[in-house]
Amino acid sequence: MSIFLVAVGGMLGSIGRFYIAIQASKRLIGTWITNITGSILFAATFHFHLSGSIPNWLWIFLGIGVFGAFTTFSTFGNETVQLIIEKRFGTAIIYIFSSLIVSLVSVFLVLYILQ
Amino acid sequence: MNISFKIYMAIGIGGMFGAVGRYSVSILFESVNGFPYATLTVNLIGCFLLSLLLHHEAIKKRLSPEVFAALGTGMLGAFTTFSTFAVETIEMGATQIGLAIFYVIISVFGGLLCCFAGYKLAIGNKKVTRS
Repeated sequence: MSIFLVAVGGMLGSIGRFYIAIQASKRLIGTWITNITGSILFAATFHFHLSGSIPNWLWIFLGIGVFGAFTTFSTFGNETVQLIIEKRFGTAIIYIFSSLIVSLVSVFLVLYILQ
Repeated sequence: MNISFKIYMAIGIGGMFGAVGRYSVSILFESVNGFPYATLTVNLIGCFLLSLLLHHEAIKKRLSPEVFAALGTGMLGAFTTFSTFAVETIEMGATQIGLAIFYVIISVFGGLLCCFAGYKLAIGNKKVTRS
């Protein structure tokens, strides 16, 4: 049952990520937006999972499935390496630090505001 | 059938396998001492494989655009995750700030190194096949 929920969630999350990448037209911005918004939504779902406000199946579907697949680390890494190969070091550093700082601060705020 | 619809379907099917793969690894690697080995493992492996796929001309040539998108954007995109990484970092930071910083550094530098390794392997292979 859990595997099925993760599979359907992963399908929706991946399609959502691709849709945003197409809309953003520039892949760097698409990945940035999905990783930040996905982290915020995942953090809120995680909070409701820990507090027992949502059933376990919804956490597995939304958290592990949808938002887990909506965000991506492999594309983030490969886009950064692509920037480094193109010798766009400044953009690479801004991409890494803005992704990390904005996502971590947002997750921190979500978890501690909801608490 | 509409090409973009086919691509969306391909990415969705790839995403199913990627997410189930990530979930399976998380069951196999129960977090030890609160350190998220499962997420680190999927993120590093995913970085390496995606880089290999993106830069390997011989593999690329044999795959249709749909299969390429299903494997890269769908499967390897969904296999790795940024949201879990971010939440695990903040969770760890509440009690073990040093370990949280270590997790961020090893994920980012490890991820970039795995991407470079995949890139080098793909490029190296291209030279061999051309000679």
